[in-house]
Amino acid sequence: MATKAESRLTTLRVVSYALVITWLIIAAFPFLWTVWGSFKVQGDFFSKADWTNAIYGILTTRETGSAFTLNGYFGAWIQEEFWRNVFNTLVIVFFTVCISLTFGTLGGYALARSGFRYAFWVLMAALAFRAMPHITLVSGYMLPFFEWNIWGLKATTVIVLVAINQPFTLWMLHSFFLNIPKDMDESAMVDGCTRFQAFWNVIVPVMWPGVITTGLFSFLLAYNDYAVTSMLLSKPNETMVPAVASFLGSVQVQGNIMFAVAAVVSATAPLFILILFFQRQIVSGLTAGAVKG
Amino acid sequence: MKHRTFFWFILPTLSAMVLFIALPIVSVFIQSLFVQHEQVLVVSESCGPFGCVEETQVDTEATAKLREERPLGQFNGLATYFDRSHLASAEIAEVWRTSTGLSSFIDGIMDLKFYKALVFTLTYTFVVTPLVLIFGLAVAVGVNNLPKAFRGVAIFISLLPFLVATIVGSMILSWMVDGEGIIGATLQNIFNDPSLSIKASTPLMWIMLMVYGVWHTLPFAFITFYAGLQTVPQDTLEAARVDGANKWQTMISVVVPHLMPLVSFVTLMLLMDNFRVFEPLVSFQAEAHAQSLSTFIVSDLREAGNPLYASAGATSMLTILGVVILLTPVLIRTWRDFNAKVH
Repeated sequence: MATKAESRLTTLRVVSYALVITWLIIAAFPFLWTVWGSFKVQGDFFSKADWTNAIYGILTTRETGSAFTLNGYFGAWIQEEFWRNVFNTLVIVFFTVCISLTFGTLGGYALARSGFRYAFWVLMAALAFRAMPHITLVSGYMLPFFEWNIWGLKATTVIVLVAINQPFTLWMLHSFFLNIPKDMDESAMVDGCTRFQAFWNVIVPVMWPGVITTGLFSFLLAYNDYAVTSMLLSKPNETMVPAVASFLGSVQVQGNIMFAVAAVVSATAPLFILILFFQRQIVSGLTAGAVKG
Repeated sequence: MKHRTFFWFILPTLSAMVLFIALPIVSVFIQSLFVQHEQVLVVSESCGPFGCVEETQVDTEATAKLREERPLGQFNGLATYFDRSHLASAEIAEVWRTSTGLSSFIDGIMDLKFYKALVFTLTYTFVVTPLVLIFGLAVAVGVNNLPKAFRGVAIFISLLPFLVATIVGSMILSWMVDGEGIIGATLQNIFNDPSLSIKASTPLMWIMLMVYGVWHTLPFAFITFYAGLQTVPQDTLEAARVDGANKWQTMISVVVPHLMPLVSFVTLMLLMDNFRVFEPLVSFQAEAHAQSLSTFIVSDLREAGNPLYASAGATSMLTILGVVILLTPVLIRTWRDFNAKVH
C-alpha cells in the first residue's frame, strides 16, 4: 500500500525517475536508431553534415525516390545470400537446444535426487567449467578437429555448443528439480515403477515450465555465440552472428555497409519478439541461480 | 538414488562436459608444450659460369611431410610460456636493467604483447565490474520506485542490451560512435574538433570499450538486484522508518545488507564474463589500440596458413590460470560454507 508520504514527489524520487529514464533511453536508443536507419541509404545513416537527414531520409529520397528503401535488406538477403546463414542458424540452434535439454534434464534430475557427496562435486566441476573462457576451449578443438576432418561441420558445432551449454543447463535444471517434491516420483516407485519410468511418467509431465526457461537460455547461447561459431564453422555453414561480423570486413570495402546494418537488424528482430513473449521466464531464469544461492 | 541409476542419468551430460571441456583443456596444455617444426632446409651447390654458390632452400615437400606425420610439432617444454610474446622473462629482465624509473619500466612492459593484453583485460574487468554493480543497483532501486504499470516496459527495454549478441550490440554502437555516425559526429561538433575519432585514439577506444561493457552487462545486475528488492522484508523497512532513518540511511543499512548475497553472486558472474572480453574488440575493430587475452588467442589461431597452436595454447593456459586466481576467493568461501553445513 502506498501511503501519502510514499507517493509524494521528493527530490530523491525525482532523481531516481531521471536515472531510470536516462538508462532506458541509453538502452533503447541504439536499437531504435539502427532499425530506423536500416531503411535508409548509407549517406543518411552516416550523415555527418546533418543528423536529421537520418530521420527524414533526404538522401534516400533523392537516390531511391522514397524515404524508405529495402536496398540494404535486398543486398544482404539476396545478393550476399544471408538467408543461408539464417537457415544454418535455425538448424544449429534447434539441435543444440534439443540435445542440451535432453542431457540437462537427465543430469539435473539425477543431481537433484542424489544425496551422495559426488553430486556436489559434479556441480562444482560444472561451475568451474562454466568459468572457462570459450576461446581457450576453441584453441583446444582446432588441431584435433582438423586431424579428424570434422572441422567446419554443423554437427561438430552443435556438439560443442551443447557441451559448453551443459554447466549452465545443469545448474538451472538441478535447482528446478529440487523444487519438485520428492514424494511424487518416490510414490511412483513404491507402486512398482523403475527410476526411469517414474521420471518419464511423473516428472516429465510437470517439468515443462523449468525446461522452457532453461531452453530459452540455451537458445540465446547458441543463437548469440560468436567465439565457437566463428572459429569452428566453414564459410558455407556459418550462422548469422559470424556472418554479420565477416560481412563487416568485406562490405565496408565496397561501400555497402548498409548490407551489414540490414543483416544486424534481421538477426536482432527475432530476439525482440522472444523477449516480448517470454519476458517473465527470462527474468525468472536470470534470477533463479542468484536468489536460491 | 542408486549409484547405478545415477550413473546412467548423468552419463550423457558428464561425457559431453568431459569430452568437450575437460579434454580440450588437456589438449591445449599439450599443444602449448610443443612448437612447430622448423622448415627442412636443403643446402645445394649450384655452379654457374662464375663459380659455385651454396644455396639454402626450403624443402617444402619434406617439411609438409614432417608436419603431416607429427602435427603437434617438436617438444619444446615450457619455453613457449617464457618467450617474447608471452611471459617474456628475458625481456622483462632487460627492461628492469635498463629502465630509469617506474614510468620507463611500465612503458617497457607495455611494449610486450602479452602484458599489454593482460593490462587491458584486467583494467576492463576491474573498471566494468564495480560500475555495473553500482549502476545496476541504482537502476533497480529506481525501477522499483516506478508505478507498477511502467515496470514491465522498463524491464523489457533493459533486457535488450544484455540479450542481443555481444557482437551485434557492439557493432551497433560502433556505427553510432563512428566519425560519421550520430554520436561521433555530435561529439565532433561539441568539441569543435573534426578530427576527433574514437577509432584513432587509444584512450578513447579503451573508454568506449568499457562504456560498451557497462551498457551490455548492466541489465544482468539490474534484473538480479530488482528481484532481490522484491524480497526485502517490509517489517524491517517499517521499523527503520519508525526509528527515524531517512531513505538514504534505510538504503545503506537495510536494503544493501539484504542484497549482499546477490552482490557476491553477480560479482562472480561479472568477473568470469568480463575477464574473457572478446567480441567488442572484434566489432570495434580495436586491434590497433586494445588487445585482450582472448583476441590474442584468436589472432594466433587465425595466423594465415599455419596457426600458431603452441602460442595460442600457452596464452590459453595463462588465461585459465588468471580465471582460477580471480575465482579462488569465491571458491574458498563456497568450500567453507559447504563444510560448515556438513559438520
